[in-house]
Amino acid sequence: MNIGKAALAAVRGLGLGLLAMLGSLVFFIFSVVFMALSLVGVGLFVTPVVTAAARSYMGMRRRLAHQWFGVEIKTPYKPKPEFQGGVLGVLERYRWIMKDPATYRDLLWMITDATAGFTLAILAFTLLFYGPYGWVLAAGVWYPIVHSGGGDWYTFVHVTGFGSAMLAGLMGFVYAGLGVWLTPQIMKVHARLDASMLGPTHERELQMRVERLTETRSDALDTQAAELRRIERDLHDGAQARLVAMGMSLGAVEHLLERDPEKAKKLLSEARESSSKALTELRDLVRGIHPPVLAERGLGDAVRALAMALPLTAEVEVDLPGTLDAPVESAAYFAVSEVLTNAAKHSGARRVWLDLRHENGMLRIMITDDGQGGADMSAGTGLRGIERRLGTFDGVLALNSPAGGPTIVTIELPCALTAPRP
Amino acid sequence: MRVVLAEDLFLLRDGLVRLLEAYDFEIAAAVDNGPELNRALLTIKPDVAVVDVRLPPTFTDEGLQAALQARREVPGLPVLVLSQHVEQLYARELLADGSGGIGYLLKDRVFDADQFIDAVRRVAAGGTAMDPQVISQLLVRKSRDEPLGDLTPREREVLALMAEGRSNLAIAQRLVVTERAIAKHTSNIFLKLDLPVSDDDNRRVLAVLAYLNGS
Repeated sequence: MNIGKAALAAVRGLGLGLLAMLGSLVFFIFSVVFMALSLVGVGLFVTPVVTAAARSYMGMRRRLAHQWFGVEIKTPYKPKPEFQGGVLGVLERYRWIMKDPATYRDLLWMITDATAGFTLAILAFTLLFYGPYGWVLAAGVWYPIVHSGGGDWYTFVHVTGFGSAMLAGLMGFVYAGLGVWLTPQIMKVHARLDASMLGPTHERELQMRVERLTETRSDALDTQAAELRRIERDLHDGAQARLVAMGMSLGAVEHLLERDPEKAKKLLSEARESSSKALTELRDLVRGIHPPVLAERGLGDAVRALAMALPLTAEVEVDLPGTLDAPVESAAYFAVSEVLTNAAKHSGARRVWLDLRHENGMLRIMITDDGQGGADMSAGTGLRGIERRLGTFDGVLALNSPAGGPTIVTIELPCALTAPRP
Repeated sequence: MRVVLAEDLFLLRDGLVRLLEAYDFEIAAAVDNGPELNRALLTIKPDVAVVDVRLPPTFTDEGLQAALQARREVPGLPVLVLSQHVEQLYARELLADGSGGIGYLLKDRVFDADQFIDAVRRVAAGGTAMDPQVISQLLVRKSRDEPLGDLTPREREVLALMAEGRSNLAIAQRLVVTERAIAKHTSNIFLKLDLPVSDDDNRRVLAVLAYLNGS
């Protein structure tokens, strides 16, 4: 088990060692050369191209660090602005790259990877495979070496005959043991080295946070404004208009009461119908703003009520021993509602499973359906909107929907859980 | 008949009191909050209670909770719950004890005084009065399933009215047919849905609701 893990780490070390030479070193040289050539013009055009290639190489290295060693490294670059066409655009592109501090940190990382990174990676590889090499010597390979006039050194053991070859074999066990123990750790150190230089600086991280907050705030304001416009329109065209109609009917009734009681009676029943319709419309509107069951019972029961209204068989599992902040609750509710609507409309599902729980300061909602799958964030209308709304609360939505199903939507919202309702 | 009334909006409470008194009900208590409703239900034990779901002090579902609590202590205590919105979830909770004497209606239903009073009387007599909206939602949800899909449109119509809590006679008047025709429809429905046949109206309604509520 451990041996397998160490062997895997060692092979990965060899891979990273090769990459350090073929990737990091080469890109370092190209980058430096063309940045220097900017002084004579050529570099202005070529630097952006080389940098783009280098960045995609480093993107690959970030992913490898995550996949192989579980170290997550964020991308630190400034967002790409809109460029004009022609020569001006080329200059803008050049400026964008050269003004990003991450470009220089990348250079530093590339040369570090080609030196320290390379050394660590190859050390991890050789440490593990040096042990077996000692055994190979002891097993008889020493004989042809010594007899062809060579005298191999196995670290400090000079292999000159049977005795020293056996000693090398014994030493091999020490190295193998050390290798099994140390190789994965050396590679972990390697990954941390990558993380410290390939990731964003503290300053950049704060900057990215500000960028994200600015974006989500503007999204939030947009959705809010759109919501208010919708409510205004619904009231104007719905309840308000009905009340006007009612007022007119009642006015006419007053007029007709004595002259034509039959007609008056008919108008009265019309007025009552208008009031009924106005109430229905207001009820629907209220549901869209803040569903009463959410206000009365909280998220768990509100989602249960949603599930009951579905034309699907739904199973709801709720583990929320307390109440959530009202805004978070509402965002989560509408997200679930939208996902369920999608499932009922497009997926062809017959069953849906909902799981709501709060753990590690995070509200986690999982919605699974047995539909045909193949749902797509970019094609779907609602999912992007939900993602934006959840973004305001630093929440995320993940969609997993392979063709053939099942579709799993996971929603995560950081939030606190307060004491249960009385 | 003695009524306990719980409604926090003065205008509505006043209107309901006048409406009920006009139909010879005796208002034993008219309260505007949850705790007082709790007390009134348990001390007065009225013939029927008319209760708003949302009441002070928390403006959540205090009225509903008070009604459920009182029915746990006085089984079968007739309660008609009124609300601005109807939820299947609440309907299911109200029906859970299976003992009848339960109503759950939208507040708008008060507009039609005769129908409303009929519902109050039905609940007081141990029957049920479910809002048509609750029933239509239940029917939509259930209609994918086999037995319900086998019903003729007329039978579905009768089933919906029956689920609201109406007697054969009332259904017959509503659909302008003879009571015997309705009796035939109901026995067909019970056969198709495989429900136990009973001559008792209330029992029959509860069986239908239990069937529709089952998942």
